[in-house]
Amino acid sequence: MDMIETLEPKPGADRRAMMKGALALGVLGPAFAATAARAAEPAYPAAAFAAKDVDAALTALFGAKPAASDKITLDAPEIAENGAVVPVTASTTLDGVTAIAFVVAENPFKLASYYELPAGVLPTVSNRLKMQRTTQVMAVFKTAGGLFSASREVKVTIGGCGG
Amino acid sequence: MAGTIRAKAAIAGDVTTVQVLIHHPMDSGFVKDAAGKVVPAHFIETLVFSHSGKTLFAANWGPAVSKDPYLKFQYKGGAKGDVIDIAWKDNEGQTDKSTVTVS
Repeated sequence: MDMIETLEPKPGADRRAMMKGALALGVLGPAFAATAARAAEPAYPAAAFAAKDVDAALTALFGAKPAASDKITLDAPEIAENGAVVPVTASTTLDGVTAIAFVVAENPFKLASYYELPAGVLPTVSNRLKMQRTTQVMAVFKTAGGLFSASREVKVTIGGCGG
Repeated sequence: MAGTIRAKAAIAGDVTTVQVLIHHPMDSGFVKDAAGKVVPAHFIETLVFSHSGKTLFAANWGPAVSKDPYLKFQYKGGAKGDVIDIAWKDNEGQTDKSTVTVS
């Protein structure tokens, strides 16, 4: 894990070289960190969170692709002034929901959040997500009858992933 | 990290609504600080709500969840006075836990 160590401050180190290293590793660092955490927390779907492709994330998480459904309500602002905090709520009238995932298509890591719903939990979740730029947001519901999704676009005027 | 969890749980009819706000940087690993150095990714990975040892709701988060994350969910089968245990763990192994009583 010396790649991550290079992100630590080193007194006297040449700052330009350090920045160069940090830039190159900024993309890889979180992926390694997520992979390393998997051993400690077996339930955490680290591979899905590290995926840089929507299909790869959903396949890692569910092993299948969702079908679009009009029984899902995805509530998110049409225009988000601040991409760092975008409130997103998803709910459905589908029965037998066991999991809900939120995917932000234009983020470096596509999967934003994943919720497991034991019996008795209503199929509605609200959370706040970061969005790097204007993007499609997708909510995926895993039900007894298969995988279903709904998407909508959120226009972002100030990105939420730095830069 | 202690005292990072603020939660509310209220029952109306047979539906209990739980809301939680957690104080956490949720650093994505893509942001640079004032000195131009990348702030390493630091985010909550798992957040579990349970009652009497039984999991009520489990959240898995990546770095795209906003700073000081907020979450709301609802479940049936709760009762006034139920104590819900809340615990989170982040990618650096830090943890915090708290409880909230259904009102």
